[in-house]
Amino acid sequence: MNKMVTAFIAGLIFGVGLIVAQMTNPAKVVGFLNVAGPWDPSLMLVMGGGVLVFSIAYRLPKPRTPHLAERFIEPAERAITRPLIAGAALFGIGWGLGGFCPGPAVVSAAFGEPKAWVFFLAMLAGMYGFSLLGRRPRNVKDPLAVVD
Amino acid sequence: MDIVNFTPGSAALGGVLIGLSAAILWLSLGRLAGVSNVVGQVFHTSGPEMSWRLCFIAGLLTAGAGAATLYPELIAFESQAGYGQLIVAGLLVGFGTRLGSGCTSGHGICGISRLSPRSIVATLCFVGVGMATVAAWNAMGAL
Repeated sequence: MNKMVTAFIAGLIFGVGLIVAQMTNPAKVVGFLNVAGPWDPSLMLVMGGGVLVFSIAYRLPKPRTPHLAERFIEPAERAITRPLIAGAALFGIGWGLGGFCPGPAVVSAAFGEPKAWVFFLAMLAGMYGFSLLGRRPRNVKDPLAVVD
Repeated sequence: MDIVNFTPGSAALGGVLIGLSAAILWLSLGRLAGVSNVVGQVFHTSGPEMSWRLCFIAGLLTAGAGAATLYPELIAFESQAGYGQLIVAGLLVGFGTRLGSGCTSGHGICGISRLSPRSIVATLCFVGVGMATVAAWNAMGAL
């Protein structure tokens, strides 16, 4: 139960962060990607703020286990692989075309914006399509360690 | 280069909140806050592994619905994209983030914080391709 409440609160803070940063506004995101035209560098500071805080949290003296779970789970894969590059490239094309990445797509769907809903449902279809292909990263001993 | 609409304060504050959320998830549940993983793995899992994911998603949705209800005047939402374009974009983002094991949060924030070479390469790739896509789209629109 604590685990579920904590996950909810983390999601809530994450969503508020995206709204405050205006990442839930596709025009703002496209403005950042439009580096060849009039450019809005704001999103660099979103990433900078997030990296600053999480870098510290990640390097705090680590307890043997997380407060509410049995272990810390991290990606086991180390190699730069073709799926990594191809997936990131496809994501980049979609990000540029729509101005949404996954977090903001969920949050702005809850704004009730029809365009956000269309994008969100198409994104779920894309994720489901990947699941149907049954492609699992190879050479991974622990399936739970496949963390994005 | 023309700098427009630059909002450094709210951008940095939003980023700090996202980092804080990732810190809570890491230190309490031992999980990384990558939204494409949290959402995409819902199709693979069940039981407690499913529950925390759905709760995180419920938190995201509550933030959106709450802000739209309580502070509608503070929410900016503007999209030039047509519906067909958004469907293609959504399919690419959904499939691409799963194939590439992450998105802006998982690779861009958590992965870079962990100094993961995979995440650094992926982030450079999706940001670079995203910028090229917008430039190409604008060039086609100008024809």
